[in-house]
Formats: sequence, structure tokens, C-alpha cells
Amino acid sequence: METLERIIAEHEFFAGLESYYTGLLVGCGANVRFHPGTYIFKEGEEASEFYLIRSGKVALELFAPQRKPIVVETLGDGDILGWSWLLPPYLWKFHAHAVQDTRAIALDGKCLRNKCEQNHDLGYELLKRFAQIMERRLEATRLQLLDVYAVR
Amino acid sequence: MVAESVLATRETSWSEAVSQEVDAILAASELGNLISALVSKGYAVIGPTVRDGAIVYDQMESVQDLPAGWTDEQAPGQYRLKRREDGALFGYVVGPQSWKKYLHPAEVRLWSAERQGGTFRILNNEVKPKAPPAFLGVRACELAAIAVQDTVLLEDKYHDPIYGARRSSAFLIAVECTQSAPTCFCRSMGTGPAVAAGAKTPVDLVLTELLGPKGHRFLVRARSERGAEILDEVKTTPVTDADLHEAESGVEKAASQQVRSIDNAGIKELLYQNFDHPRWDNVAARCLTCANCTMVCPTCFCTTVEDTSDVTGDHAERWRKWDSCFTQAYSYIHGGSVRTSGKARYRQWMTHKLAAWIDQFGSSGCVGCGRCITWCPVGIDITEEVRALREGASHGNP
Amino acid sequence: MATAVTTDPMLPQPYLVQAVSKETPDTFTLKLTSEDEPNGRSFRPGQFSMLWVFGVGELPISISGNPAEHKQLVYTVRSVGQATNALVTQRVGAGVGVRGPYGTGWPMDAARGRDVIVVAGGIGLAPLRPVIYEVLHHREDFGRLVVLYGARSPRDLLYRQELAAWARQRETQVLVTVDYGGMSWRGHVGVVTTLFKYARLKPAQSVAMVCGPEIMMRFVARELMTFGLSRNDIYLSMERNMKCAVGFCGHCQYGPHFICKDGPVFPYEKLRSLMEKYEL
Repeated sequence: METLERIIAEHEFFAGLESYYTGLLVGCGANVRFHPGTYIFKEGEEASEFYLIRSGKVALELFAPQRKPIVVETLGDGDILGWSWLLPPYLWKFHAHAVQDTRAIALDGKCLRNKCEQNHDLGYELLKRFAQIMERRLEATRLQLLDVYAVR
Repeated sequence: MVAESVLATRETSWSEAVSQEVDAILAASELGNLISALVSKGYAVIGPTVRDGAIVYDQMESVQDLPAGWTDEQAPGQYRLKRREDGALFGYVVGPQSWKKYLHPAEVRLWSAERQGGTFRILNNEVKPKAPPAFLGVRACELAAIAVQDTVLLEDKYHDPIYGARRSSAFLIAVECTQSAPTCFCRSMGTGPAVAAGAKTPVDLVLTELLGPKGHRFLVRARSERGAEILDEVKTTPVTDADLHEAESGVEKAASQQVRSIDNAGIKELLYQNFDHPRWDNVAARCLTCANCTMVCPTCFCTTVEDTSDVTGDHAERWRKWDSCFTQAYSYIHGGSVRTSGKARYRQWMTHKLAAWIDQFGSSGCVGCGRCITWCPVGIDITEEVRALREGASHGNP
Repeated sequence: MATAVTTDPMLPQPYLVQAVSKETPDTFTLKLTSEDEPNGRSFRPGQFSMLWVFGVGELPISISGNPAEHKQLVYTVRSVGQATNALVTQRVGAGVGVRGPYGTGWPMDAARGRDVIVVAGGIGLAPLRPVIYEVLHHREDFGRLVVLYGARSPRDLLYRQELAAWARQRETQVLVTVDYGGMSWRGHVGVVTTLFKYARLKPAQSVAMVCGPEIMMRFVARELMTFGLSRNDIYLSMERNMKCAVGFCGHCQYGPHFICKDGPVFPYEKLRSLMEKYEL
């Protein structure tokens, strides 16, 4: 049974983080599990946690009138789920739907937010890492938008 | 300044070179007999003639068809014929056409097929022209252009049988230039105006027209066995030093008259590294993408294929036709063209002609004939474009 | 300078359609044989043929069959226009003209003894399928096989049964994604670059072969380099307008390269400076 500490310390997302900060994260973290079909969070809800997916699959969905939920992306093993907790208005922008049995580490975003306000170095380290995720997601989303396989 | 020749060395394969060059003097009045000798050997003689206000290449009936006493005045976007004061038979420079009209025809049927049950059968595959052609009046730049097209169509990975059949049977009679047009720059390209000696240039006879005090005559040099054979059929007189001197002076005069040039030093890097040079916008504002330059250029070889079938749908033909990188459709792949702007197309043509060609075939694609300058309706001058690119050129990797 | 091929390169050989099967709503696989050529034509993975439809036109189509079984020529064709539509609607027994095979193939020799990463987008899996066949056929000659495949939507996925079968082979990982999941898709959603992080890669000993829309290949190549592959170990299959496939018509030029004879497969090192040039 792996400890929270080891998982967080060894995850590439937190690579390079001083052990003091890793310790803080561990303090804010807990193991969670989502059965298939569960909604981890819904669009519009307060964003107070983020997740480090250990195993499983989570679909990011948008609901539109007269349409079934649209999956815009799926995340899996090792992915970070959620950054809306870090930036105002701290609300989720879409649904996170566990489509497989998903185990994750939930990190208390509200608590971390306060710590970041007090310790700007921690804030900078986290924002740096999340910015990179956002950038890669943006690039992938733009490529998705291009609809490259369509016949012109 | 004469830049080093960018022509790669080549091997002659068509006409066996003579071990020793045969020189002779041919009176202008004997030229008709030379033509007859070729005809009697089965050649269709093709030479220059005046038609539609230009000097074009066409099948010759007799020496009367030659543009005696005519010359051409060329400038960017300008071409007109003018009467000479003498009766020179080859007193012009180059017309709009080149010999690619015959060697690499504008339209040729590749093959035809007919339905046979659910499948089909290829019917015929005729590649030989009816009579082997004899080209009379090939300029040095045109010889160089033929050598360039030989490399593209015969000496690379595949062999074009249509070009090959016409090329192997063609008898080449070069006529050196004794004057240049303002649009000529063969000297800077290392392709003329003299027809280079030695086995490198594939030619059967080389003529230089002399109009000096000794009378209207030609210095003739046979550079192949069959060239020497034809020369045996006509009356010639021995060559004197004075004849040689007159011929050399004439060609020298042509060389010294050239006012345009391309500096080929580092030209590949110049074009490859200046893809975003502002000059391309400048030329794009002028270029009509009319494709004239590619049609008159003696080395442009691009073609397209066209499939046709008759009304019954049982008989199909595949035709090959000249194409130009200046058209929108040229770079079309499902959904759209890659080079939609005129700027991209002009840049493609010039970069290919002067730079990429070197990587592809070992020499420049340009022979300095100047036709693209003359026949561009807006007078775009490729030599000027090179000069403009050098100014403000980037030298590093982009 | 290689010795020139002297037979007429523009003459097609009539082949007969043995079978046409539907892969997706707009993509079909044709199998051709010829009595005149009972052994078919041998080819290297990544090569293509020029296929001629009577009176309609000719198209460059990648060979997507098994190189070890070349008696039958196999092509997967997507119907995108008049000529491709004519090709995919040929009935069994119809004649199709074949020229080729042409082009450089995928670097199977360079991949020997190393891990092979196949990254395909859409119809791009068709020219890569021969690579997968060859690796699985000569399993001991290669390291791990990783197949990353993305398509527009689930119904656009090619060779679904084979993908599942390949996934069951030893030392083989197959990951599939779609841009748009639709209602019943339970698999991965996202562009093919999002699959990389799930792939078990050993960059220093891998050779990557990529085929798909040009933008996709550009993104994939960059992503592969982020994961540590060298640009000499990443190969792309390029496409341009082709009329002759033998270097005479000039249409397929890409920079100084003729895609028909210098390609269509190129190491990314050769393409890097070209791919960034708009309207090259």
C-alpha cells in the first residue's frame, strides 16, 4: 500500500518541489475512489479540490440543450484533474465524469489556496506547474478544433 | 565578371564524338544543299522562320524559309522584329519558342485503352516521331537547355521514353550567336555564347555565320561522326586563320554586348534562407501568374496528365500536357491548393529554377536565355530579382 | 546517380478487383490481383501505387497490405472527391490500372533491434499498417511496438478488429483516441498527442513513424521530441499533388524534394525547416 507521501513526491507534476512543500501537499491530501458513473464534480459548483488520478478514466463533459453530454477530453492515469480551484471565481467549468473505476488523490484546494496567499513561493511553484498543463491542454484543444480529419 | 559555370559535366550518349574535330568553310549559298543532304538522309529539318511577328521554329521546306535579313529587338516585356541592313540568315538572337517544343511536346498522347469486359486493354504506345528531326539554328543557351532537360528526363531515377526517342534521333546543328540581346545573360550562367568545345555538349555540327569581306559564309565544325558525314555531302573550302579570327570576334562581340548577369555565388543559400524576404511581396504585386515564363523557358519541364474517354465510354486516352507551377491547380491536394498566393508561386518558380534545381540535378536550371524577361507581360527581370534579394538578405538559418 | 529504369513508367498494368470492403462510411479497402502478374508486386512498407480508373483518372494510394503477402495488392482508400469515389465504387471484377510501387519506404532497417512507435491519424493508419504487419511477422527483429491512433470519431476508426488483435500481442501497446466521442464511446477522447503520456516509451531506443494530416504530424513530431526522441529517429510520410509519381511532372516538389521519389517518407530532420514555411 503506497503512502500518500511517496505518490505525491514521485509524481512528475510535483517534481522539483522542495520537500517542505511536498509535506504541505500531503497534509492537504487524501485517497479517494470513484465508482464508474459518478460525477466527481459538476459545472458551476464551487471548485475546492483538485485530483491526481492514480488509475481509471475521467471524461470532461459539457452539457448543451437538446444534446447528450459532450465529452471534450478524457484524462487517465497520472493526469491532474482540475485547476479552477486556483483562480477566481473558483467554479468548475465543466463536469468530471468517472467512466471507469477511478482511484485518485484529492487535494484540498481551499486549504492550499490560503497557503499560497501566505507563501508566495509555494504559489509560484504551483502556478508554474498548472500553467504548463493549461498550455498543453490549450494546444491540444486548438488542434482538436482544427478538425484535421474532415474533408474540405 | 564571369561566374563559374554551373553546368555539370555530362557524357554524350547520342552522337559518337569524332576523335578530331573537322573544320570547314561553307558558302551561304551551299546551306540549301546541307538542308537537302539532311532531308535525303530522312531527317525532317526544323529551323527558324518569320511568322506572326516573331521568329519561331517550324518544319523547313527550303533555305528560303530562314529569316534572312531579320533581327529581333528584345527588352523586358518587349519583342519586335526589325529589318537588318545585311542578309544574315541567323541574324537574330532567340524567339519565344525553344526546342523543347519538339523534344518535350506540349501535348502528347501517352497511350489509349479500350474496355474489355469488366477490365481494359492498353492499345498502343507509339513514341517515335515519324521522321527524326534535324534542328537547324540551336543557340548555345539552347544546347545547354537540352543538356539540362536530358538530366531531368533521362538520367535520373526514371527514363522518359517520349523525350528519349525524340532526343536520340535528333540531329543538332548549332549556330553560334554573333550578337546578344539586352535580355541575354548566358555569359554569366556559363552557357554561352560560344558553343563549348569537347564532348560535353551534345551537338553534331556547329556553325558560325560570317559576313565579312570574304563573303557570306559559315565556319562549320563537325563534332560527331554523323555530323562529319553530312559535311562530306556538301561543297566546302578549307578554313583559314582569318576565318577563325572572324568567327571568334563575332562570338566575343556577342559576349561583350551582354548587360545583364546573375551572380551565382551562394545562390542556393540566398534563395533557401530568404523565404520571407520583402522582395517577394514586391514581385507578387507585379506578377500576373500568367505562366508565360514557364512556357517560353527552355528548361521548364512540368506536365500534367488528362484522361479522356469517348461518348460510348469504351475508349479512353491518357494525354500529357505542359503545366505550370504558376497555376492555382498545380499544388492542389484534396481540399485546396498549397500555394494559393501569387507570391508563393513566383517564389516557388524562381527558387526551383535557380536553387533547388542544383540540389536535384547538379546544375542550375537557368541557361540565361532571357526569354522569361522578354515575354513577361509586365517585364519582370529574374536577374534584377536576384540582385534585389541580395540586398537586405538574411544570412543565418531562419 | 542510379541506373535509370528503362521501361515506360507511364503504362499501367490492368489488375482486377477481387474484393471491396467498407471500413468506415467513407473509406473502403480494395484487393487487386492480376493473371499476368500472379505474384502481384512486392513492396516495402510506406510505398504507394498509382491506381488508374478507366476514363476517370489516376491517384497515388499507399499500399496497406502485408508485405509478406504481396500476391494480392491491398489499398485502403478514402472517398474525398470524384476520382477517389470512382475508385471505391468499382465492383468486383472491374479493371484498375496499377503503376508502381513507388517511393521510399518506412525505415524498417533503421528500426531493427529498436522499439517502434507508430503514430497514425485518420487514414494515416493505412500506410502504417504494413509496418505493424512486418514488425509482428518478424517479432524477434524488433523491440516493443507502440501504436498510437487517432481519428475524428469512433465510426472513423479503421481496422478496429485488427487493432484489438494487435493489442493482445506481446510487447505491444495499442492506444486509440477520437477527437469527438459521441454518445456511446467509452474510450479516450482528445487529439492523438494526448496519448503520449500513457505510452510506455523508451525514447533513446525508439524509432517513430508518423502519418496523418500535415498539421497533426507537425504537432506529433514536436511532442515526440519533447519526450526525448531525436529528430533523426522520427519519420513522416508527406503528401503533395502527384501526376506521374516518377519525378517528371514536377507537381509533388516540396522544397528541393520530389515527394514521389525522394519520399514520401522523410526523417523529420530533413523536413523541420520546410514544415514551418507557409505555402512552401
